[in-house]
Amino acid sequence: MAVNPELVGRHFPPTAPYLVGREKVREFSRAVLATHPINLDPSAAQAAGYSDVVAPPTFAVVIQEGTLAQLLNEPGSGIELTRIVHGSQQFSYTRPIVAGDELIAQLAVESVKTLAGNALVTAVSTITDAAGEHVCTATSMLVVGGDN
Amino acid sequence: MAAPLTHTLDSLTVGDEIATATYQLDRGNLVRYAGASGDFNAIHYRDDIAAEVGLPGVLAHGMLTMGLSVQPVVEWIGDPGRVRDYQVKFTRPVVVDPRTGATVTVAAKVGAVDVEAQTARVDLTVTYEDATVLGKAQVVLSFA
Repeated sequence: MAVNPELVGRHFPPTAPYLVGREKVREFSRAVLATHPINLDPSAAQAAGYSDVVAPPTFAVVIQEGTLAQLLNEPGSGIELTRIVHGSQQFSYTRPIVAGDELIAQLAVESVKTLAGNALVTAVSTITDAAGEHVCTATSMLVVGGDN
Repeated sequence: MAAPLTHTLDSLTVGDEIATATYQLDRGNLVRYAGASGDFNAIHYRDDIAAEVGLPGVLAHGMLTMGLSVQPVVEWIGDPGRVRDYQVKFTRPVVVDPRTGATVTVAAKVGAVDVEAQTARVDLTVTYEDATVLGKAQVVLSFA
């Protein structure tokens, strides 16, 4: 099944609020081999002016993941997990994610292009905080393999 | 709301190498990243499934490679909160051997300086087995 071109421009409902936990930030930091004290030590983060530990730059993928699940679960999307290759990724921050943040994400499919029998799907997830302020835009380009 | 700067924008010259690092990955790193990120795709921990889908072996999560590659830049600037933008293309997989793992090296150079915006772009070269695995790997740091 080909990727449904009518996904373009579709705005999905926002994800349920995600509460960023201190230990989750520390766990994720260790997993990406982050060793900076501002990622790990609340007192170091507070000394630098943050309210709590700061998440590594790629942590937003954890919040974004909920929106990509919506895309995969969309009936008739033509996007199956087993045929996806992650082509590219970008995070654009207004401010860093800090433990204690409550975040939601909203997905929009920016484009679906066809190249050499594959579909290139650009998915843009906008992450906002409890006050409704922008925190990060996470953009993924997914290469969806065509039918063999 | 950020740590004091250890480097100033006007001390940077395009092309300067600001950081290098080498990371030795093993399967344990992949299991740890799977748990921390919630990405449980089996190609990142099962040899049989990786082989079934035609891969040369179990692969590191692209997002793990992306996540660790920015760390030398974070150490250099001294504050993870100064990363304003980070993008990569995934151009080649990192195969993690069950016994010998995989060695990934990162070199970070100043790519551009924008005095008006008070930002610097740092370009990353990320290498595994003498080939780059990330394309257009760029980090934008805020000096404001």
